[in-house]
Amino acid sequence: MHLDAIIVFTFFFLLVTVLGFVAARWRRGNLDLIHEWGLAGRRFGTVVTWFLLGGDLYTAYTFIAVPGSMYVAGAVSGFFAVPYTILVYPLIFVLMPRFWTVCKQHGYVTTADFVKDRFGSSSLALAVAFTGILATMPYIALQMFGIQISIAALGIPLTVPILGLNVDVPLIIAFIVLAAYTYTSGLRAPAMIALVKDLMIFIVLIAALVYIPAKLGGFGPIFNAAHQKSLTVKTFFDLIGPNQSLNYVTLALGSALALFLYPHSITGVLSSNSQRVVKRNTALLPIYSLMLGLLALLGYMAIAAKVKPLPGFGQNGAVPALINASFPSWFAGFAFAAISIGALVPAAVMSIAAANTFTRNIYKEYLRRDASDREESQVAKITSFVVKFGALLFIVLINPQQVIFFQLLGGIWILQTLPAVYLGLYTRWFNRWALLVGWAAAMITGTTLFIVAGNKPSYPILGVPLYTAISALILNLLLAIVLTPIFEALGARRGRDITSPADYDEERAPDEPLEVGREALG
Amino acid sequence: MATRSERRNRRWLRWLLIIPFIAVLFPPFYNFRAPEFIGIPFFYWYQLLWIIITAIITAVVYFAGA
Repeated sequence: MHLDAIIVFTFFFLLVTVLGFVAARWRRGNLDLIHEWGLAGRRFGTVVTWFLLGGDLYTAYTFIAVPGSMYVAGAVSGFFAVPYTILVYPLIFVLMPRFWTVCKQHGYVTTADFVKDRFGSSSLALAVAFTGILATMPYIALQMFGIQISIAALGIPLTVPILGLNVDVPLIIAFIVLAAYTYTSGLRAPAMIALVKDLMIFIVLIAALVYIPAKLGGFGPIFNAAHQKSLTVKTFFDLIGPNQSLNYVTLALGSALALFLYPHSITGVLSSNSQRVVKRNTALLPIYSLMLGLLALLGYMAIAAKVKPLPGFGQNGAVPALINASFPSWFAGFAFAAISIGALVPAAVMSIAAANTFTRNIYKEYLRRDASDREESQVAKITSFVVKFGALLFIVLINPQQVIFFQLLGGIWILQTLPAVYLGLYTRWFNRWALLVGWAAAMITGTTLFIVAGNKPSYPILGVPLYTAISALILNLLLAIVLTPIFEALGARRGRDITSPADYDEERAPDEPLEVGREALG
Repeated sequence: MATRSERRNRRWLRWLLIIPFIAVLFPPFYNFRAPEFIGIPFFYWYQLLWIIITAIITAVVYFAGA
């Protein structure tokens, strides 16, 4: 335990806490309206959206889990994240401006809002909303896991005995801070903090890339160490192993298709002020992908440096141990602050997105149809708190290693909303009941295959390992296609489509006036 | 800025976005160690390079107004 590391860490943590509360003043909007609290009034321009989406999409998964997988398993289950983040942006360039446009025209806040109007089906919308919340919960827990690792790596005791019970005091403090500013400031808080996060992460990345390879004798010895490991450890590959090509490719493609089905990605997209901002960002966000790819290599550097992973966190303790072993303690404090803040931003956006989904698609739809705008916003604020508290309980009560399993399972679940959301953007040929049956069958099959594989994201189909999200999606699509004419023949008709083709025309999409950052400081 | 009808005519440019999929979804193209670049095996630098190439393709498609 080094005092200077803890001082640096605490300083940056306090800085973003202050920023989080100041962000509430960065507004022209009324935070009692859900699209102001939960979408920041749809007024973010290119630069803010770039920081927000970068801060939102590149999470503790990027900083901890990807290098951890590289450390323990190598190319297939770690480096697939690179083709994944390559493919996500061309997809988004095509899909998201269209989605933004229809959401703008109808004031939608969530994917389920869109699905409900497009297919005239509140059951299908409920399925989409439920899946979104279900997949987001373990993702938030993963962020808390990232904070927990950082605190442990600093040498701060994780639990403090209070009245004979071991209480996770540091984590609870982080949780209260996060919950408080999310509640008061909404999406503007993570948008502002993302700026600090992204700068800190880039500093850590550059320092790591210059300093650690120089200490280890360049990239040659680093990759050589990984190659040596592949010769001795049967489950480690430094290239794609035999029979693993399709696994690698489906992991990349499936994850790329899934990313922008998550509620937190949609929240980031819908908070931008025009569809052009979304398009521009698909060309600018790959800067973060490059960061992800280079951070992944830290896993190999940990192999070459022969570090002993931080105890209690399995493979995910490798990179924190590498940081402690490589840097002076004050900079290690900075790096762990960067990772923690890096986890706070997505945790805030995810809880806001889950709260928007619950409020719009469950509370207002099933519990209080005549809820006022003010009540709607109030429910969202409280839900964002409850969702985070659920994630906190999850991480405190369950073995942290399980968090990663559930996050992987979340990826399998969320992809099953693709037919209703992405295909729904282009066609309403599908029968709503066929989509619902396809979704349900795929959710059950995906979960079963994940468990049968021993809590692993891939399961062999006809002897060839495949990403289960893709196997389940194929089943989902087949059922939706086959059952559509059957349901129609049985008289279970398509629902009414409230959207019209013109609502999807990107050229005619209106822009919102920009959010002015100056007002926060004035 | 291109007019609306010009932009509509350039929608075919969006097909350029297929290129990254072809480049990274066929591991036989890149699943080997040689040639290395500053000690980094081909498998790794090839995919890192495609992050940049894909960003350039996306920017071209955007500025062409597709």
